[in-house]
Amino acid sequence: MTNIMTIKNLTVRFDALEALSSLDMEVASGSIVGLIGPNGAGKTTVFNVLSGFIRPHEGSISFHGKEIARLKPYKITSLGMSRTFQNIRLFGELSVIENVMIGFHLSYNSMFLGPLLSLFGYKKIEKEIYERAIMLLDRTGLLNLIDEKASVLPYGLQRKLEIVRAIATRPKLLLLDEPAAGMNPNEKEDLMKFITKLRDKLALTILLIEHDMHVVMKICDRITVLDYGEKIAEGSPQDIKNNQRVIEAYLGEAGVAES
Amino acid sequence: MNKEKLTNNAATILSLIAIFGFLVWANSYASPYVIQILNITAIYIILSTSYNLVNGVTGQFSLGPNAFMAIGAYTSALLTLTPLEKEITYIIEPIVSPLGEISLPFLPSLLIAGVTASIVAFLIAFPVFRVRGDYLAIVTLGFGEIVRVFATNAVSITNGSLGLKGIKQYTNLWWSWGWAVVTVFCLIGLVESSYGRAMKAIREDETAAQAMGINTFRYKMLAFIISAFFQGIGGGLLAHLLTTIDPKLFSFFLTFNLLIMVVAGGLGSMTGSVIGAVIFAWGFEILRWFEEPHKIGDISIPAIPGMRMVIFSLLLILIMLFFRRGITGRWEFSWDSLFNVLGRKIKLPKTS
Ligand SMILES: Nc1ncnc2c1ncn2[C@@H]1O[C@H](COP(=O)(O)OP(=O)(O)O)[C@@H](O)[C@H]1O
Ligand SMILES: [Mg+2]
Repeated sequence: MTNIMTIKNLTVRFDALEALSSLDMEVASGSIVGLIGPNGAGKTTVFNVLSGFIRPHEGSISFHGKEIARLKPYKITSLGMSRTFQNIRLFGELSVIENVMIGFHLSYNSMFLGPLLSLFGYKKIEKEIYERAIMLLDRTGLLNLIDEKASVLPYGLQRKLEIVRAIATRPKLLLLDEPAAGMNPNEKEDLMKFITKLRDKLALTILLIEHDMHVVMKICDRITVLDYGEKIAEGSPQDIKNNQRVIEAYLGEAGVAES
Repeated sequence: MNKEKLTNNAATILSLIAIFGFLVWANSYASPYVIQILNITAIYIILSTSYNLVNGVTGQFSLGPNAFMAIGAYTSALLTLTPLEKEITYIIEPIVSPLGEISLPFLPSLLIAGVTASIVAFLIAFPVFRVRGDYLAIVTLGFGEIVRVFATNAVSITNGSLGLKGIKQYTNLWWSWGWAVVTVFCLIGLVESSYGRAMKAIREDETAAQAMGINTFRYKMLAFIISAFFQGIGGGLLAHLLTTIDPKLFSFFLTFNLLIMVVAGGLGSMTGSVIGAVIFAWGFEILRWFEEPHKIGDISIPAIPGMRMVIFSLLLILIMLFFRRGITGRWEFSWDSLFNVLGRKIKLPKTS
């Protein structure tokens, strides 16, 4: 299997804090890779660097054979990487379908002079975007909600809509930051099915940050464990379950929580 | 084309004909005073809707439209004035060489005015959009002042604080309302396109917009440039309506008035901006009554200059108290919603 992404020596500092210390990581095409670790381990920071929101101090990220570390976020998205946010970031005042239609923006708005050139063709383009959004919402079971304002959706559906919106940019690699957070067990089951279905149907590669061990162990092919910005373990779910350092890191967190 | 679309287009065309008919009537029967306010109304519509594109739709709090209006007003006036008129006007310092000799008809002058404002918008977009929020407001405010200081001091170009006089009164109901209709149609087309959606995405959440692959700087700049174009046109129309312009005319007060129209109308809604402009233009005239002396029974009330601004501010406060998001909120007028209200019973499947 080839790697869709190779991360080398990635280092990020926030003033004195080293949030990531020379992280190396490989993501195989078509796999679901879990990124786990106690709170504050640096998982979200990894996503922020990959998606271009934070510039790393050192290191390289090769995505599809292209160096993307330090590119602008919109550029990285256009290369085929899309993400969701730990604290959901929908376009709250806009409707569900508008949220998804914005995701399709990349497929159409490549030229700056577009508004002038497409003055005549724009109705046709609009119709096409609308129809594609409808199709996507239909396949993901959100069709009955198209005219709802995104901010009034229940939490679980907001998480789902954020994933669907990310899909609309037609990514090859999808980054999901704690998609199961705040969901009840039923919703979590649905989410797991949804994520695996996405991977299979769209030939996606998925990088997943998740706290729920049940979810992680069940759907991930490989898992990377971070603690204090360092990679402490890597392997199959089975390896990770029995890894002594991982158990200690999590026990440490539980210990802090109790005290 | 389906039936619903046909009805909507027919309704649009019919209302345009109605506006046209009204203007024909007003042109021959209305008093010069009413015609003047109708012209002002149209210019306010151009200015408020284009201001709304930046402040309401894209969510960038700019305070610079007075600068773009000044650029448009001066550019167009300098182009329509004849070489002889310019020679007479520029008494302190003669006008600089190429400007003194040029003289163009109204339409090309207006278009050049709009394009000039756009070019300036393009150039200042780089420093302006490096900053966000409050800073953006301050930087654009400063830009407005720079333009005014320039207009006052670049005497050989602008004739300084004396301003320009004897501009021909080309602006009439056809020009002003023609441009108002063009502006509103262009802006609504833009807002409903994927470009407009990208702008709204920036307003809602800039980080998420970037994650959707939106080059946020480019879209902010695009909104800024298009907005400046129409503000330049509006400034040009105003210059050729008032026939005299000077730097004081383009003070921050103008921007403030536009802000009132856009916010009271409903930030982000083009319908709201149009309503805001109409209410402002007419409300300001109606409230003139409060500045005149009156005699009610035995009590005589003296004239109070500035009173209407006080009342206007009170009304604005009331609007903001009861409609926190302006008169329309984010709601946009559409024929569908009107027909629904009028009781269209058959619900047709929604198409776009
Ligand atoms: N923008 C930032 N500025 C300063 N410190 C940050 C920033 N982002 C994250 N951190 C710090 O970096 C560490 C890792 O954070 P994060 O990546 O969010 O952890 P995780 O997602 O694993 O819980 C934390 O100590 C956090 O406080
Ligand atoms: Mg996190």
